[in-house]
Amino acid sequence: MTETDLSAFVIDCQEREETVLSFIQSLINGISIGAVYAIIALGYTMVYGIAKMLNFAHGDVIMVGAYISFCVTQYLGLPPIVSVLAAMVVCTLLGILIEGLAYKPLRGVPSLAVLITAIGVSYFLQNAAQLIWGSAPKIYPSVVAIEPVQLFGGQIVITGQVIVTVVASVLIMVALTLFTGKTKIGKAMRAVSEDRDAAQLMGINVNRTISTTFAIGSALAAIAGVLLCSTVPTLMPTTGSMPGIRAFTAAVFGGIGSIPGAMLGGILLGVIETFSKAYLASEFSDAIVFLVLILVLLVKPAGLLGKQVQEKV
Amino acid sequence: MKNWLKKNGKNFATYAVVIIAFIVMQVLSNAGVLTRSVKGYLIPICVYIVLAVSLNLVVGISGELSLGHAGFMGVGAFTGVVIAACLKGVIDNDILRLLLAMAGGGVVAGVAGVLIGIPVLRLRGDYLAIVTLAFGEILKNIIGNLYIGKDALGLHFAFKAENLHLAEGGKKILEGPMGAAGEKLATFGVGFALILFTLFVVLNMVNSKEGRAIKAIRDNRIAAESVGINVTAFKMKAFVTAAVLAGMAGALYGLNFASVSATKFDFNTSIDILVFVVLGGMGNILGSVIAAAVLYVLPEAMRSLYDYRMILYAIVLIVVMLMTWSPKFKQMVQIVTAWIKDSVRKLFKKSGKEVGLNEER
Repeated sequence: MTETDLSAFVIDCQEREETVLSFIQSLINGISIGAVYAIIALGYTMVYGIAKMLNFAHGDVIMVGAYISFCVTQYLGLPPIVSVLAAMVVCTLLGILIEGLAYKPLRGVPSLAVLITAIGVSYFLQNAAQLIWGSAPKIYPSVVAIEPVQLFGGQIVITGQVIVTVVASVLIMVALTLFTGKTKIGKAMRAVSEDRDAAQLMGINVNRTISTTFAIGSALAAIAGVLLCSTVPTLMPTTGSMPGIRAFTAAVFGGIGSIPGAMLGGILLGVIETFSKAYLASEFSDAIVFLVLILVLLVKPAGLLGKQVQEKV
Repeated sequence: MKNWLKKNGKNFATYAVVIIAFIVMQVLSNAGVLTRSVKGYLIPICVYIVLAVSLNLVVGISGELSLGHAGFMGVGAFTGVVIAACLKGVIDNDILRLLLAMAGGGVVAGVAGVLIGIPVLRLRGDYLAIVTLAFGEILKNIIGNLYIGKDALGLHFAFKAENLHLAEGGKKILEGPMGAAGEKLATFGVGFALILFTLFVVLNMVNSKEGRAIKAIRDNRIAAESVGINVTAFKMKAFVTAAVLAGMAGALYGLNFASVSATKFDFNTSIDILVFVVLGGMGNILGSVIAAAVLYVLPEAMRSLYDYRMILYAIVLIVVMLMTWSPKFKQMVQIVTAWIKDSVRKLFKKSGKEVGLNEER
């Protein structure tokens, strides 16, 4: 091997290494945004599985959570962890309130009617937020104070947000799986989701179970709101709606009603989105994400991890 | 005759309401009672009525939740703008040009409907909803990045501004995210004609063999299949008809403004149309017409309330849904009306004894 050959080889290797590294960096970014989608999708999936309704207001609960946390840190000057807890408490109460006022009276009516009510709630939350906080975007300071981890001499950067988001999403998924599998109320939830009437006959308080589900879903939405705004720092009254739709797509992608499915769907959606932005056409990332979803649903109509239910006459 | 009237009376009522509303609006407009801004709402109202009626064919009659109706509207709008721009100078009559643009918009939206319908209509329930949502977003995304220009050589298509390669004197019609520069060709008369056309198509379809088959599928798919109804084919007919009508309405909409951008045809617009359908009553065509007109005007009429109008709209939406659907609320209404009836009857009985009208129980 001559010297020029060798140097060409070295350059070639460096280029390859760079492509590999940028690939890994994109993957990390994708997993990070995917983990946020996953947390939102977990909330969607819980509510859908048990109440059998598409809660379109979920994305707006996320936005409320982010605003609460913003106010607590900015105006009251309290530490970030307190702001997260405050957001969770407010969103939980909000979730119970919405469920009690708008959804509970409509139990047992066609799901489309409940869907439209949910859209009404979504409009209400967005416009209420606009009245309270104004429509101008606010810059959300990240709540995460962990130093970024640098690998390969700074060529790959894993920020604190990424670490916290991924860890939080995994913890939440594990906690929810244990909760629905082991605890009494979790088992009641599964029973209600399988057969509401039979569950009621077994002495399960269906109304209370559904309210609890909404409370849990809304608390998750608060966490998702804080993490979403830590990753993408602009906060507006419409901040929650697009991630809400994305996360709903993720939940369907993974198989709606399935907890690991929501996690898988969220991560995959985030990775596909980042990759199509980095390697294909960035302006068509929306189209690519939704196209993949459609292809998956055509092959597996119940989603990746969903159960195919046989219809009976 | 009586039977015939019973069967068709409701359809005639629908036509009558639309025609009377048109005449009243025309008279008011000619008399100069309407302000400029009110006149500006007339064509969008026509557009939304057509959209609501066509979506009702899918959601109400066919029973499939579609969340991407605005996508077809957008396809129609941009096709219409491009056709109108191409025919400029070829056809001098503006109304004819508008009609051709609308027909073109309808055809292209119909083709999109067929392409989307093939995979979508195999899915069921909420999955169908999410896939129509996805398709609506894809259509919006593609239209929003499409560049179309016209020069002496013909039409040029590109997905990037620099790839358009227009010859000297060429003109850009569609500029990606900037949207399209339309012309104001739309008239209220054409809008009204489009409503009548839509009603004619949809009402005839509902009261035909097709309509009965589609409703049978909605009520019980498996039972309908077992008596030999081709489920996919009939669902497809409803879906594509709705797409064509939405495309025509979209073309009318696109040619009503100086510029249209793809962001108008997003998920929120689809949802707005769905709200019209559900509040008007699923499967009720006249309901869709009235709901679309009233709900379009409502936020505009509340403009004096400034920031509070959308929040009021949201509250109205929730309250109307609770009032129409909540079993408890219905029960309460029943109790109250029964109580009122009862007390009125008692009142009449008391006074009736004196007059001698107490046969009535």
